[in-house]
Amino acid sequence: MNINATLIGQLIAFAVFVWFCMKHVWPPLLGAIEERQKKIADGLEASEKAEKDLEEAQAQVAEQLKDAKAQAAEIIDQAKKRASQIVDEETQRGHAEREKIIAQGNAEIEAERNRAKEELRKQVSALAVAGAEKILAREIDEKAQADIVAKLVEEL
Amino acid sequence: MASEYSTTDYINHHLTNAVMCTTENGIAFNKACKDAGFWAWHVDTLAWSIGLGVLFLWIFTSAAKKATTGVPTKGQAFIELVVDFVNQNVRDTFHGKSAIIAPLSLTIFVWVLLMNLMDLVPVDILPTIAGLIGSTFFGMDPHDVYMKAVPTTDLNLTFALAIGVFFLILYYSIKMKGVSGFMKELTLQPFNHPAFIPVNFILESVTLLARPVSLALRLFGNLYASELIFILIATLGFFQLPLHFPWAVFHILVLPLQAFIFMMLTIVYLSLACEDH
Repeated sequence: MNINATLIGQLIAFAVFVWFCMKHVWPPLLGAIEERQKKIADGLEASEKAEKDLEEAQAQVAEQLKDAKAQAAEIIDQAKKRASQIVDEETQRGHAEREKIIAQGNAEIEAERNRAKEELRKQVSALAVAGAEKILAREIDEKAQADIVAKLVEEL
Repeated sequence: MASEYSTTDYINHHLTNAVMCTTENGIAFNKACKDAGFWAWHVDTLAWSIGLGVLFLWIFTSAAKKATTGVPTKGQAFIELVVDFVNQNVRDTFHGKSAIIAPLSLTIFVWVLLMNLMDLVPVDILPTIAGLIGSTFFGMDPHDVYMKAVPTTDLNLTFALAIGVFFLILYYSIKMKGVSGFMKELTLQPFNHPAFIPVNFILESVTLLARPVSLALRLFGNLYASELIFILIATLGFFQLPLHFPWAVFHILVLPLQAFIFMMLTIVYLSLACEDH
C-alpha cells in the first residue's frame, strides 16, 4: 500500500487513455448524437409545418367550397329569374302578337266591309238607275242625270 | 484454514499487491522486493487497470466506429446514454470551452466505474486462480502469489488520477488567468491586503493541494474499506453467505456513486480553475 513507481505507470496510462478518448471516442459519438438530435428536431419541425400546411389547405378547401356553393346558388337564382323573365317576355310577345293579328284581322274585315259596302252602293246605284230607267220607261240621258245618280250614291 | 495460515495472514494476503522490481539478480517479485523502495511496480494494479482501460476504449471505439445518425442499435443507444449523461453533467457545471474536459470526464467515469466493479468479483476467485497458476507453472508458493484485483484500492492509481487532474487544474488556471493572475489568486485572497500575502498564500495553497489529495483519498478510502469488509465477510458464514449478498447489493449503489463523485469533482475543480473571480 505504499507509493511507488506504479504511480508513474498509472499516470502515463491515464494520460494515454484520456488522449485516446479525446481523439477517437468522444468526437464521433457526440457528433452522431448531436447530428441525430438535429435530424429529429428538423423532422419535428417539418411535421409541424406539414400539419400547419394541411390545416391551411383544409381551410382553403372549405372556403372554396363555400364560394362554389354560393356561386352555384347565385347561378341557379339567376337562371330562375331569367326563365321567369323569358316566360314573361314570351307571354307579353304572344299577347302583343295576338293583339296585332286581331287588329289586322279587324282592319281587313273593316276594309272588306267597306269594299263590299262600296260595291253594294255601286250596284244599288246601278240598280236604282236601272230601276228608274225601267220605271220611266224612256230614254233618259244618262249623262244628264248623272249628277242626280251621284247624289243618290252619296246619300246611300 | 491451516494452522500456520491464520485469518490475519489471509486478510494480509488479500490486501497485498503483486510487486515487481529489479534487483542485482534481475527481475524479482513480491517478498524479494521489500527493499526496492520507490522503484517497485504493482503489476496487478497496472495489469487490471490498463486492461480495464483498454476494454473501455475498445467498447467505446467500436461503438463510435459504428455510430450512425439514424436509428441506433441497443448497444449504441447504451453507449450514447453514457456519453450523453457525462456531456450533460459537463455542460451543467463547466461553462467554458474545452476540448478535453468532456472526454476526460467520460474516461474517468467509465474507467473508475469498471475498476470499482472489480470489487463485486468474489474476493477469493482471482487470488486463488493466480495462486494456482503461480504454483503450477512457476513452482511458487501459492501464499506468495498476490493478486489484488481492484485497482482503485491502490493508492498509486487514485493518486495518479488525482495528479493528472491536478496538472489540468494548474494548466487551466494559468491558461485562463495567466501566471500573474494565478499568483494573484493565490496571494490576494481571501484578504486583499499586501500584509496578508503570506497568510493568503498558505490558505490558498492548502485549498489547492487539498483538492487532488481529497480526490485520491476519497476514492481509495471508500474502495479499500469496502474491499476490506468483503474480505472480512469472506472469513465468516457459509461460503460467504448470507452477509456477502447484502454488502454486494449495497455496492451496486456505492461503486457507481464513487465513480460519479470523482467525475463531478473533476469537472467542478476544472470549472473553478477556469473561472475569474
